[in-house]
Amino acid sequence: MPVVWLILIVLAVAVVGYVLGRGRALASAGGEQIKLHSLPSYYGSNVAMKVVVPAFLILVLWLLVQPLIVNNSVSGLIPDSEIAEGSSRGLVLAEVRRAARGLDNAVAQGLITEDFARNARADFNDVTARLKEAGQVVTSQITQPILRAAQEYRVLNATGNFMMSIVVILAALAGAAWGLYESRADFRARNTVERGIKALLISAASIAILTTAGIVFSLVVNTVEFFRLYPAFDFFFGLTWSPTFSGRGGNSQLGIIPLLWGTFYISFVALAVAVPIGLFAAVYLSEYAGPKVRAVAKPLLEILAGIPTIVYGLFALLTVGPLLVSVFGPDGAGIMQSGTAVMTAGLVMGIMLIPFVSSLSDDIINAVPQAMRDGSYGLGATKSETVKQVILPAALPGIVGAILLAASRAIGETMIVVLGAGAAARLSLNPFDAMTTVTAKIVSQLTGDADFASPVALVAFALGMTLFVVTLGLNIVALYIVRKYREQYD
Amino acid sequence: MNDMPKIEQATDMTDSKISANKVQVYYGDTHAIKDVDIEIQPRSVTAFIGPSGCGKSTFLRTINRMNDTLDICRVKGSIQIDGEDIYDPKVDPVQLRAKVGMVFQKPNPFPKSIYDNVAYGPRIHGLARNRAELDDIVASSLQKAGLWEEAKDRLDEPGTGMSGGQQQRLCIARAIAVSPEVILMDEPCSALDPIATAKVEELIDELRENYTIVIVTHSMQQAARVSQRTAFFHLGILVEEGPTQDIFTNPVDKRTQDYITGRFG
Repeated sequence: MPVVWLILIVLAVAVVGYVLGRGRALASAGGEQIKLHSLPSYYGSNVAMKVVVPAFLILVLWLLVQPLIVNNSVSGLIPDSEIAEGSSRGLVLAEVRRAARGLDNAVAQGLITEDFARNARADFNDVTARLKEAGQVVTSQITQPILRAAQEYRVLNATGNFMMSIVVILAALAGAAWGLYESRADFRARNTVERGIKALLISAASIAILTTAGIVFSLVVNTVEFFRLYPAFDFFFGLTWSPTFSGRGGNSQLGIIPLLWGTFYISFVALAVAVPIGLFAAVYLSEYAGPKVRAVAKPLLEILAGIPTIVYGLFALLTVGPLLVSVFGPDGAGIMQSGTAVMTAGLVMGIMLIPFVSSLSDDIINAVPQAMRDGSYGLGATKSETVKQVILPAALPGIVGAILLAASRAIGETMIVVLGAGAAARLSLNPFDAMTTVTAKIVSQLTGDADFASPVALVAFALGMTLFVVTLGLNIVALYIVRKYREQYD
Repeated sequence: MNDMPKIEQATDMTDSKISANKVQVYYGDTHAIKDVDIEIQPRSVTAFIGPSGCGKSTFLRTINRMNDTLDICRVKGSIQIDGEDIYDPKVDPVQLRAKVGMVFQKPNPFPKSIYDNVAYGPRIHGLARNRAELDDIVASSLQKAGLWEEAKDRLDEPGTGMSGGQQQRLCIARAIAVSPEVILMDEPCSALDPIATAKVEELIDELRENYTIVIVTHSMQQAARVSQRTAFFHLGILVEEGPTQDIFTNPVDKRTQDYITGRFG
């Protein structure tokens, strides 16, 4: 039975359970709602919860565990002789799965009968021929052991699925029975449902945290693998970035310094643009602008935040780059070779970050109590004096936090760099030179045919890990600053 | 306070410090203050009393044009300080507020050191030529606010770290530091405990020697304790104004009598 059907059945049981539980609870109170401990809907929800939660837990666990068990027992059927030179048991198992899927599809199309597919004595040549007839992709010839393994795989999976359906439905029914048994007037259904909701929220929070942990784990594993192939010292202190794909990357020089330099240089330019403009915009919006201007200007500014970064990249490539070249290029100041440069990417990234800085700063400035402003105006201060001497100092921790968050954004930005700053890893002080960043290089190392056994591809993980540590550090510092100085006014 | 000679209370009305004439205040479409006429005597304490929402705070804020910071607020009529109309277009509200200081309901020290809090006004207005002069202004302001003994050893600590009563006296010191002529106080003790309140009231009584003080208060006992004259506001109208003793012992208007005897409000 397909899993979708199973889910629908469980949900149907839950709905029926809800109605029955509600009715049973009402009946147990003689139809008088006031005698129930909880509202009738809580009794229904309690039943539905007891149907859905265990059934779905079992379903998920079963779906996770069954392939492991099946693969294990099928893998035992494949003799070592079947595993060709340079291949691995994993590849052969993939072949088995492909054959099994082919059989499934052939049966579904009615080209072969279920009995034939299961027939242990079936001739593998015949099967191959029939599978090809059915339009199923079968690599070369299916050998006898692979056919046997595929047949066993199908049988095991079918049995497993059948048992899973039974168990899940039984669990659902048992849950319904349990919930219905509980549906009496004095049962505290409301409190039980409350606990269920708490568990739901906790699981949502833990999924987010566990995913982060999983991402970090996969980064760490691959980074360690990279450092086994390439010396860490050369990676962190090497001044040259020149990956070569020949000789499985053995001759590459993979120093991160030029990439980090490009990253920080571009981020610095971006922040130099975004921080003053964003901050002044925030001060204007929160202190000077009337409610009407504010109602229009703030959403407009925030539209900037909704523009996809690739569009900013195009803007850099097609507008800002040529504009800068016309001023600083060979016909002008002569210090800019082409449109792709640190300045191009930095300016455009700065524009991208303006709403980020202004929106966060605006919220923070608005959070400064009106009493501070009154106190300052009451002493005869003008608006700008008040902003400069009272509001900005009071809001400073939050603003610093906002700037650091913007900095992490800038460091992690990719598309604008790819299109605006070029791809040359270079250590240069000239902001009109093309440079590149860590993120852009991660993309270029992994696009195309990546061989994940060579340092040239694995370096992407080390780069990602470094970037992750840097932005994590920035975020921690930002949070620390915000928290430390937050209680200065109440 | 109340036992002061009658002669002093009946100061000649012509040399009043502040004189308001037919003042109207509108918040959007709401007519918050209607036809208020009042003369406020120099170097004395005038208390505004009345139930919540009667317009006493609003009227107080017209005296230093704090209402200008609200877009929807309009003021009509005339208010003169020392014979000069403060709503004249020639008058700079920022300069006016240096002359008419204000202390708010809740202590609102800036998140700066005690010293910087007091030095804020003098710095903005350039009242001190050098650091020594500024030190003198800070010290004398804190002394006048009765806070010097408590604050002199911790001038570098944040003003927000003081107790509520100390914070309010710091705010008074901050207002004094710009040498205002008038100090407006908007329920300065409403967030304070009785002991801190007593100290602030004592301070107000001392400040009367040098400043014209207008205080809005919800506490009729406080009005009776600190003020020489009292004005009773009700529904945006100035119902009755006169020497504090008369208002509390022998009110002319029925509404005033009802209010001070606790029949409403």
